[in-house]
Amino acid sequence: MANQQVEFELVSPEKLLLSQNVDMVVVPGEDGDFGVLPRHAPMISTVRPGVIAIYSGKEISERIFVAGGFAEVTTERCTVLAEIAQPVSELDKATVQQQLQDAKEDFSDAQDDAGRDAARKQIELSEARLTAIG
Amino acid sequence: MANLNDLKLRISSVKSTQKITSAMKMVAAAKLRRAQEQAVASRPYAERMARMLGSLAVSAGKQPGASPLLAGTGKDDVHLLIVAAADRGLCGGFNTNIVKEARKKAYELIKAGKTVKFYCIGRKSRDQLRREFGSRIVDTIEDIAKPSLGFDKATTVSDRVLGMFDAGEFDVCTIFYAKFKSVMLQVPSAQQLIPFEAEGDADASGLADGSIYDYEPSDEKILRDLLPRNISIQIFKAMLENAASEHGARMSAMDSATRNAGEMIDSLSIKYNRTRQANITNELIEIISAKEAL
Repeated sequence: MANQQVEFELVSPEKLLLSQNVDMVVVPGEDGDFGVLPRHAPMISTVRPGVIAIYSGKEISERIFVAGGFAEVTTERCTVLAEIAQPVSELDKATVQQQLQDAKEDFSDAQDDAGRDAARKQIELSEARLTAIG
Repeated sequence: MANLNDLKLRISSVKSTQKITSAMKMVAAAKLRRAQEQAVASRPYAERMARMLGSLAVSAGKQPGASPLLAGTGKDDVHLLIVAAADRGLCGGFNTNIVKEARKKAYELIKAGKTVKFYCIGRKSRDQLRREFGSRIVDTIEDIAKPSLGFDKATTVSDRVLGMFDAGEFDVCTIFYAKFKSVMLQVPSAQQLIPFEAEGDADASGLADGSIYDYEPSDEKILRDLLPRNISIQIFKAMLENAASEHGARMSAMDSATRNAGEMIDSLSIKYNRTRQANITNELIEIISAKEAL
């Protein structure tokens, strides 16, 4: 089993971001994080904003932030469809805090429900990013 | 002699036109390559989305209370036609062909007593529809490829469309765009977005080995998330295909324009040389006959 790996793919609408064989990948599912190892039961899940952790061996080799999406898991493959994805190492705490601040201002300035909804989404995203940076 | 100068001027003006058209052709070729790469790069997402949607639609689509995006509103009184064309002209019949297709469909629908609304993507699509359907155009989005054609542009469109759908402003939504077949051939086509129509090959109800997916949290919830996103993806796909088609069409249009300009220069040059020779001959005859008369 040691030589078995999961084919992990991270896809954005614009391009295939990542396609590699990994030992294990942990995906932030809607109902909680789940780890995918080879021969995982097939499933489809929604993904909440959070961090995808890619493991090589027992170490985390890469952490990628995704802003929600979908995951499709089959026995040999794990595909994540995400509209926004960026490596955690590229996130900058000051910028994200600024974004959060802006989003909060937008929220209080919003005139209608649609504007408030959009702002709330932005706030949630920025907070998820902050948690990702840790 | 004035005639000679006129010809000279015409030759030089055709020459500079030729320079412009051949430059535009090269620019279009470079942009076409980029657009094609972008279209290819976006394919994996759309494919996987279609696969998930196919299997979900089979398991959840037939249940009562399925999302109206999938099952429709039960009526087809109001049609929204999204007409995706380019922002700029000079690309042969590209814009006209798309608009023609949409116009044909619109007249069919109006004849059948339906209400038709338009959503224009690209300046040219609005310009061409404005005269006939001005009051029916609900919205227009321009500058789609500035600074670059990104997914956010498609989201802008789909957010607006979904907002209108939720508000019950239309029942059926169709997008018109040009499918990119080759540089020489772009096919104007129509695709129904709402209610969702599974494509022919998306009937994968399970996996190859016959096992079935588990859904987390539940198939209905995933479907509710997936369907609106699928609309954005389909619009994005149409925009990308359109971009490639536009550049392809412009490339071949500019290619033939350059060739035509070349032919024109040739024939003008011949005319110019003949006129010049005729003038010289005339002058000689005048001089000789004057000499003889003396």
